[in-house]
Amino acid sequence: MSNDATRRSRTHVSCTVNGDQVDFLADDGTSLLDALRDELDLTGAKEGCGTGDCGACTILVDGRINCSCLMFAPEAEGCEIVTVEGIAEGDHLHPLQQTFLEGAALQCGVCTPGFLVSAKALLDENPDPTETEIRYALAGNLCRCTGYDKIVRSVQEAAVQLRGASR
Amino acid sequence: MRYAAPATVEEAQALLADDTGAQVFAGATDLVPQMRAGRPAPSLLVDLKGIDRLTAVTHEDGRWTIGAATPTAELTRNEAFTAAFPGLSEGAGLIGSDQIQNRSSLGGNLANASPAADSVPALIANDGQAVIATADGTRTVPAAEVATGPGRTSLADGEFIVEFTFADPPAGTGDAYLRMIPRTEMDIAIVGAAVRVTVDGDAISDATVVLGAVAPTAVVVPDAAAALVGTSVADGALDDAAATALAEAAEAACDPIDDKRGTIAYRRRVAGVLARRAAAIAVERARNGA
Ligand SMILES: Cc1cc2nc3c(=O)[nH]c(=O)nc-3n(C[C@H](O)[C@H](O)[C@H](O)COP(=O)(O)OP(=O)(O)OC[C@H]3O[C@@H](n4cnc5c(N)ncnc54)[C@H](O)[C@@H]3O)c2cc1C
Ligand code: FES
Ligand code: FES
Repeated sequence: MSNDATRRSRTHVSCTVNGDQVDFLADDGTSLLDALRDELDLTGAKEGCGTGDCGACTILVDGRINCSCLMFAPEAEGCEIVTVEGIAEGDHLHPLQQTFLEGAALQCGVCTPGFLVSAKALLDENPDPTETEIRYALAGNLCRCTGYDKIVRSVQEAAVQLRGASR
Repeated sequence: MRYAAPATVEEAQALLADDTGAQVFAGATDLVPQMRAGRPAPSLLVDLKGIDRLTAVTHEDGRWTIGAATPTAELTRNEAFTAAFPGLSEGAGLIGSDQIQNRSSLGGNLANASPAADSVPALIANDGQAVIATADGTRTVPAAEVATGPGRTSLADGEFIVEFTFADPPAGTGDAYLRMIPRTEMDIAIVGAAVRVTVDGDAISDATVVLGAVAPTAVVVPDAAAALVGTSVADGALDDAAATALAEAAEAACDPIDDKRGTIAYRRRVAGVLARRAAAIAVERARNGA
């Protein structure tokens, strides 16, 4: 069988990232996280562990949260990718970004892009989550600095604002 | 390392036959951490998610068919599947975080062959059958026969699991899965217990008990099931003597390891407790569904 894609070790990947059509070349074994950071200069997603534990690399793939460190770059073919860079509306921060800032939900900030993406996915699906639901939804995101409480409060505050805005 | 996303089972079979260093994957939630930890990388990564059959979930003619690479989030979100197999849905839903759930698969959970794999006890308790693609066709074996020890399976080189099939549970059947972990989320089971019962009238007419994380593979415990069969649930709950006999049989079936997360004595004790609690939930579900 001749399958071109299997003969080359660099694959051409075509997908959308934050609404824009993008094309890039990536080594087959490269993580999507590295491709986003190194090929597309989207350095919001971070590598905290590289093994799916910390969630610092969280992105949306076709609307669902995924650890980009566990994805191989060629898997992005045809997908809709959203990174933390895509959640603000132009110069207008997303309510989550605003409440994280105002609520001091970050210290070093390494975990923040992942928390923002996970929290956005939660609020898109469940606009009025309980504290327990928020804590479970964010269980795949680790923070070594804040102790989580301010993160949870900031998500609750953003949920209130978003519900107000949609009324 | 090369990457390929075949569109059909046959294409995947051909890729695997061509390259003995190839390895299949679905969510890579075990594969990537293992490669990071130094396990040799395959020469070719065969992504199974591009094959429609591997991510299809269907219910036809009294059988459920679950593509082996289906993200477990698709199972927990599937209300009809969850109503039919609440314990299996529970087990699958305990794998990792939401991020992991959007990638992790039943096929990967089973083929990775961790004794603590959370979906496996209920997969076995529900008599899941694994349809395996061989070099030139398919064969079907009980899911219980796939893992043979930690990290070891009965799959030959080039073989992979295409799908799992389950017969509709008989009327009056319920299942449940419980696990013990030191934290409340994101941890590896110290003990897992799946129980499935069928209730006929006021008595348990059939039962299966499967334990995880207490032996080199998940273990079916016929003595524990026998302790339940024939006992009365007329009061709406498990008979006390039956529950005690079940717990004792579960403890006796354990062959656990001692590690920092739990001693042998602790794992044994917890296996009995969890089997008992899971049985109580399964009975309740069986009666509510009946
Ligand atoms: C942060 C984190 C938390 C986790 N928590 C849990 C947990 O709580 N409980 C738990 O049980 N597991 C847990 N896991 C482990 C893992 O997510 C599960 O085992 C998962 O089900 C693996 O599925 P996968 O599709 O990602 O497997 P992959 O990584 O794609 O594959 C795993 C292995 O199975 C083989 N394989 C995959 N699919 C097939 C197939 N169809 N046929 C034959 N072989 C196949 C691969 O070659 C590989 O050897 C966790 C992992 C991470 C990273
Ligand atoms: S870097 Fe991906 S989960 Fe930690
Ligand atoms: S702010 Fe430092 S890890 Fe969360």
